[in-house]
Amino acid sequence: MQLQCPMPKLDFDIITMGHGSGGLLTNRLLDSGVFDLLKNDLLNERHDGAIFDTQAGKLAFSTDSYVISPIFFPGGNIGELAINGTVNDLAMCGARARYLSLAFIIEEGLNMQEFWEVLVGIKFAAQQADVHIVTGDTKVVERGKGDKIFINTSGMGMLHPKADIRKSRVQPDDVLLISGPIATHGVAILSVRQGLEFESSIESDTTNLNHTVMRLLDTCGQDVHLLHDPTRGGVATVLNELVRDTGLGIDLQEAAIPVLEEVASACELLGLDPLYVANEGVFLAVVAAEAAESALDVLKSDANGLHAAIIGNITTQHPRQVVLRSKIGGRRVVNMPIGEQLPRIC
Amino acid sequence: MKYISEFRDADLVARYLEEIHRTATRPWSIMEVCGGQTHSLVKNGILQMLPEQVRMVHGPGCPVCVTPLNLIDKAVYLALEKGTILCSFGDMLRVPGSSQSLLEAKAAGGDVRILYSPLEAVKIARENPGREVVFFAVGFETTAPANALSVLHAQRSGITNYSILTSHVVVPPAIEAVMNDPDSNIQGFLAAGHVCAIMGMDEYFPLVERYQIPIVVTGFEPVDLAQGILMTVRQLEQGSHQLENQYARVVRPEGNPEARKVIEQVFRISDRDWRGIGNIPLSGYELRPEFAAYDATLKFDIVIPHASESKECIAGQVLKGIKKPHECPQFGKKCTPQHPLGAPMVSSEGACAAYYHFSQALADTETA
Repeated sequence: MQLQCPMPKLDFDIITMGHGSGGLLTNRLLDSGVFDLLKNDLLNERHDGAIFDTQAGKLAFSTDSYVISPIFFPGGNIGELAINGTVNDLAMCGARARYLSLAFIIEEGLNMQEFWEVLVGIKFAAQQADVHIVTGDTKVVERGKGDKIFINTSGMGMLHPKADIRKSRVQPDDVLLISGPIATHGVAILSVRQGLEFESSIESDTTNLNHTVMRLLDTCGQDVHLLHDPTRGGVATVLNELVRDTGLGIDLQEAAIPVLEEVASACELLGLDPLYVANEGVFLAVVAAEAAESALDVLKSDANGLHAAIIGNITTQHPRQVVLRSKIGGRRVVNMPIGEQLPRIC
Repeated sequence: MKYISEFRDADLVARYLEEIHRTATRPWSIMEVCGGQTHSLVKNGILQMLPEQVRMVHGPGCPVCVTPLNLIDKAVYLALEKGTILCSFGDMLRVPGSSQSLLEAKAAGGDVRILYSPLEAVKIARENPGREVVFFAVGFETTAPANALSVLHAQRSGITNYSILTSHVVVPPAIEAVMNDPDSNIQGFLAAGHVCAIMGMDEYFPLVERYQIPIVVTGFEPVDLAQGILMTVRQLEQGSHQLENQYARVVRPEGNPEARKVIEQVFRISDRDWRGIGNIPLSGYELRPEFAAYDATLKFDIVIPHASESKECIAGQVLKGIKKPHECPQFGKKCTPQHPLGAPMVSSEGACAAYYHFSQALADTETA
C-alpha cells in the first residue's frame, strides 16, 4: 500500500465504549476519521442511507464480513481486505462495484493509530477499485467481546452488459483457468499468526479484481460461464462446490497450477496443501473451450494475471468429483476439506 | 540442489515404476511404517501406479492415530477443567476423545493453541507466568528431540509453569508387534526416513535378522518411495533380507548424535499403550524421574473415568495391516472423516482417511 495520510491530532489515543454511544465522542471519531478521509458527495450527506441514480440494466448486490486476525499482515490490512473482498464478490457476478457500505464493530481499547491505518487501507483500496463508500455504521463492544475490529461491507455494482455468469451455464469440456498463483494470501497470514510465526517475504496478494474481470468480459463475453474467487477453503473447496452443484466432474492438472516457489516451500514446511489455502487476489474462470486461449491472453496481459494458467477442464467422466493428475502422473480425488486445514505433525 | 523438485521428477518416478513392474513376478505385501509415507503415496497417486502384485500396507506410524483415547481425554480435561493453556500440533485437535476432541474443547472455552514447535509453548509459559502451559508431546522419535529440548529450556530458564503430556512412541517395537502377530503377512518394510535421521539404522539390524525380512530406510518424495519400493521388491524377489538405506542424503547410519543425546537426557524407555493395538512393552518414552516437575500427569490431579474404544472400530487390525480400511463394515458408513469412529479416519496420514479418499479415486478409474 503506497498511500500515506497523516493522522489528525486527537485528544484520545484509544477507542472507548463512549465512541460508540452515538453522542459527542462518536461524532468526534467519525469527523476526525471516517468522514474526512473517505469523503464523497453521497457520504457527505451524512444521512441514514445513500440515495443514488441507477442506469438501466441489472444490478448485483453482495455482502461479506471480515474478522481476520491479525488485522495487519504482510501486504495489507483488514481494511483493504474488506473493500477488495466485496468488490471481488461483485466482480465474480460479472458486475463492476460502484457503491459500498462500511460497518465497523470495534473492540473497546483499539489503538486510534491502528484504526487510522485501517481507514487509510480502506481509502487506498476504494481508490484503486474506483468505488465509493456511501453509508456506514460504527459500534464499539466491550473488551473481550471482539477481536480489535470486525468490518462488514456490502456493495452494489452494475452488471457488465455481456455478463451471463451462472453455475448452470457450466458445460462439459469447458476449460478452467486461474488468474494467478494460489495460496499466497493464506500463507502470508499464517506467517504472522501467533505461535506459527516464520520469517518470509511472502506478502498477501489482496487486490481488486474488478478491472481485470471487466476486461475479460469485454473480450470473452458470454463465453465466460462462471467466475469464482477461491477465498476461504481455497481452490479445492470452490471446485468441490462446483461439482456438487452441477453434477459434473473436474480434471485438474497439478503441474499447471501456479504456486510461488516461496509459498510452495512454506506449505511443505507447514504440512499444508496449497489447494486448501485461502486466496485473495486470484479468481477461477470457467470458459467455453473455444474461448480458452483468448481468455488466457486477456488475463496474461493484465497486471493481476501475469501468472494466469489453464489448470483443468470440466468433464462428465467422474460426476461430482474433482480428480487431480499429480505431477508424476498419478491420480487422486481432491475432497472438500472437513474444517479448517490443520497442520500435520510430520 | 533444491532437495525437493529433483525428487518429484516424473520421468525418474516412471523409470522406477517400470522397473518395479518388470521385477515383481509374485504377490508381495510391503508395509510403509510411517504415516507421512502413506500420505505421500496417496497424495501423489502412486498406489494406483504400482503393479497388482505389490500391495502396500499402511503401518502404525501415524502418531495421531496411535495416541491413546485416555491421553486425549486427559488433554481435554487439562484444557477445560484445569484452565491450562493446552498447546498441541495441529492434527491432534480433531481426533475424537471419549466425549470430545480438543477442537470441541476449544469451542467450549478451553484455551487450546496450535503450535509448530514445543519451544513456542515454553515462550508462552514465560509470557504467561500466572498460568499453567501444557504441551501435548505426541509423536515418534522425530518430534522427541524438540519436545525434550523444550523441557531442558524450561528448566534452564527457571520456568515452572510449563509441563508436557507425553505420548511418545518408537518405531522398532511396532515392527516387532506387527511381525509377532500371527495374522500378519507383511514381507518387507519401508522404514521411516525421518525417524532414522534421528536414531540411525542400528536398531533395525536385529529385526532384519530375527524376522528374515528386508527393511529399506525410505524418504517421502515420489522418487524416494518408488525407489524404496523397488529396492524392497528386488530383495524379495531375490530372497534376500538386508537393511538398506534409500534415504542416504538425509540418514546417516549413526543418526543424529546430538538429538539422541537430548532424548536420552530427558526421556527413558517405557511401556506404552497404542490406540487400537494395545500395550506394547518398551515401545515409548516417558520423562525421567529428575524431570517429574515437567510431567503434566504428575503435576495435575487428573480425574477422568477410564474410556474404552468404540467396539465397532477395527483400527488395531488396520494399523497392523491385517485388514484394509475398506474391509471394515463401518468404513464410509458410520465412520467417515466428518464422523470418525477411530483415529485412523481422522489424520490425513491415517490409513482409513487416506483410503476414504483413495477409494473414491478407484471408483472413478473403474467408471472411466
